[in-house]
Amino acid sequence: MDREGLLEIAEAEKNQRKRHRIHCCTSTGCQAASSLDVKKNLTKAAKEQGLSDEVDIVGVGCMGFCGNGPLVEIEPDNQLYETVTPDQAEGIISSLKGGNASAAQGNLHHPFFSRQMPIVRENSGKVDPERIEDYIAFGGYQALCKALYDMTPEEIVEEVRQSGLRGRGGGGFPTGLKWATVAKMPGERKYLICNGDEGDPGAFMDRSVLESDPHRVIEGMAIAAYAVGAEHGYIYVRAEYPLAIKRLEKAIKQAKKYNLLGSQILDSPFDFKIDIRIGAGAFVCGEETALIQSIEGRRGNPVPRPPYPAEKGLWTYPTLINNVETFGNIPPIVERGSEWFSGIGTENSKGTKIFALTGKIENNGLIEVPMGITLREIVEEMGGGVPDGEVKAVQTGGPSGGCIPENLLDTPVDYDSLKEVGSMMGSGGMVVMDKGTSMVAIAQFYMDFCREESCGKCIPCRAGTEQLYALLTKLLKKQATAADLAKMEALCEMVKSTSLCGLGMTAPSPVVSTLRYFRDEYEELLQERGYSQVNGKVTIG
Amino acid sequence: MSVKTLKINGQDIAAEAGKSILQVAKEEGIPIPTLCHLEGVTDVGACRLCLVEIKGINKLLPACVTEIGEGMEVETNTPRLQEYRRMTVELLFAEGNHMCSFCVANNNCELQDAAIEVGMDHTRFDYRFPDRGMDLSHPEFAIDHNRCILCTRCVRVCDEIEGAHVWDVGQRGEQCYIISGLDQPWGEVDACTSCGKCVDACPTGAIFRQGTTTAEKLGDRAKLSFLINAREKQEWTR
Repeated sequence: MDREGLLEIAEAEKNQRKRHRIHCCTSTGCQAASSLDVKKNLTKAAKEQGLSDEVDIVGVGCMGFCGNGPLVEIEPDNQLYETVTPDQAEGIISSLKGGNASAAQGNLHHPFFSRQMPIVRENSGKVDPERIEDYIAFGGYQALCKALYDMTPEEIVEEVRQSGLRGRGGGGFPTGLKWATVAKMPGERKYLICNGDEGDPGAFMDRSVLESDPHRVIEGMAIAAYAVGAEHGYIYVRAEYPLAIKRLEKAIKQAKKYNLLGSQILDSPFDFKIDIRIGAGAFVCGEETALIQSIEGRRGNPVPRPPYPAEKGLWTYPTLINNVETFGNIPPIVERGSEWFSGIGTENSKGTKIFALTGKIENNGLIEVPMGITLREIVEEMGGGVPDGEVKAVQTGGPSGGCIPENLLDTPVDYDSLKEVGSMMGSGGMVVMDKGTSMVAIAQFYMDFCREESCGKCIPCRAGTEQLYALLTKLLKKQATAADLAKMEALCEMVKSTSLCGLGMTAPSPVVSTLRYFRDEYEELLQERGYSQVNGKVTIG
Repeated sequence: MSVKTLKINGQDIAAEAGKSILQVAKEEGIPIPTLCHLEGVTDVGACRLCLVEIKGINKLLPACVTEIGEGMEVETNTPRLQEYRRMTVELLFAEGNHMCSFCVANNNCELQDAAIEVGMDHTRFDYRFPDRGMDLSHPEFAIDHNRCILCTRCVRVCDEIEGAHVWDVGQRGEQCYIISGLDQPWGEVDACTSCGKCVDACPTGAIFRQGTTTAEKLGDRAKLSFLINAREKQEWTR
């Protein structure tokens, strides 16, 4: 297999295509809304109406507008149908012959779609994630060809460095710098890990990328492995994502068949294999050192850094760990060049970011937007605002992030601006809250999450999050005093500064950010006097 | 042997490269409180008591696992560190069920020592009063989880020095507890050689010899480093 071989597959695939191509979303969200039955009925209806030779019915990945699934799109007419039920399938097929479809028509010109800039998700909702030939027909694995045939590893690292890509897992570390460090480490053996242990409440970007376009991630990993000199990679996916695991397994098998993984890939001297490791349900395993422990078969506890994994990682060998979305950005950077990529976004945050837009918002779903777009544009234009209400705050960054109040919605979405307002980019969860939301209850919710997910190794996180949760609960019961509030603030500071890993260090962030912008809500919940009567007993505060 | 020069609390120090800040501070007689650190076994940086400030690094780093570097400027006892250490010990006391007055390790307890060292006389946090159990199934020893601070010294000592790996940690977060074998009663774990190293390693009264009563436990903590030294250098005297 070589470049010509790939082009031949793409050509054959394109020649096979029929006049119409109907995309039916088969991602987890739409499947839960019975999209598999929709697809079955579409196929049946096409047969019954004698259109089998004119219509391809393709199960695709996520189209983004998850709140209105199941979604069905007809190409080349670009007609979108929303909340399709299995009995509406027949009508959709007959619309191809001029009939009327009863299914609700979606508007692809709505800002929700038109303001997006899909790079990582460019094939999502279009390509069949279970067929490598379809991915190749969409230009897949051409970037790997270019990397292996036309570029040296150093050139690739330099290209990624120049692109300004930063880690999409949350921290925002410059990807090129990480690659350069691993590439320069001496030693024969190096490892590569793709972190797919996405666990923030309300976030499902990585799941969607893995389910919708697994080959994109595999291609990105292969390029990275060639660039840093690794021959063995792992994809760490959480067990809660069975569909992503199934599709990855299938994708790896297919890639091996076409010699896009394995020995002498594309007839070059480069060898690379990928294994899947399935997480056992611990949020902390998204932390890179804990993830490495978990792959090694140990308890998923973080270990102190330095040494960083780039220096001493999996089985003590230099290891490159990147997030799913980061790897998804690699093929287009290699193919179109760093200049193209760095032209998108802001000065210090390049490219696009996928967000899972959820909460009290009209249009729920996944969006990929260029860096620098404001929160207001996302929430009000794309998201359509809060149904029958007003936005109070937007939470980004999950349990590590913070709440950004309405008056700061003009903040551009980039790593530094979000940090400045007390939140963070995070992996991409974006939860919109309306006026009826209690910010103290939100802080309590995230603290509950952190105390539950703390591994228990270091004391500030293990006991500190419990105490913070207890204090927040006391506050919500209106039993806390001003002294409790002060205690809580001191503890937030301590947990943030002394915890061992990122989970503990950022666990107080939801409290700190809500205290910063919604302090009055905390103070309203305080006991009115220094003492109060609770259940007939006098408590002195 | 290469040497690095650094400053700890303003004091100029020359020390062997590759050593940890904690080792060097100890050699120089600069006190840094510790709980999970134990001479002879791997450091894990879990108790966070030995955190120090290093100029130019905005994160606090644990002295036990941070190697010294040329020109490093370390501060071990700033008001900020004192406050955090105090809170750490307060959290430990509030987390378990620590009743010194009738504990086997009273007056010989590293948690007590740490409290005195950081000046903690009460905890500002509410006691959690967790529902923890005891395991008396072993013929010689016992473990009282109420007094456990999850330093994992027993885990490391059993794994690294005795080579039996009887102990490990089960569950997560506040629910964490030390397990023996495959979470069996200690007495049923065949791997246990009854060597008693975990008893000596335990900083509190959590693991003790049966029959010991209040304030009678005298852990022989130096025995472990003696053993290591004896094995590695064949020096069998102490």
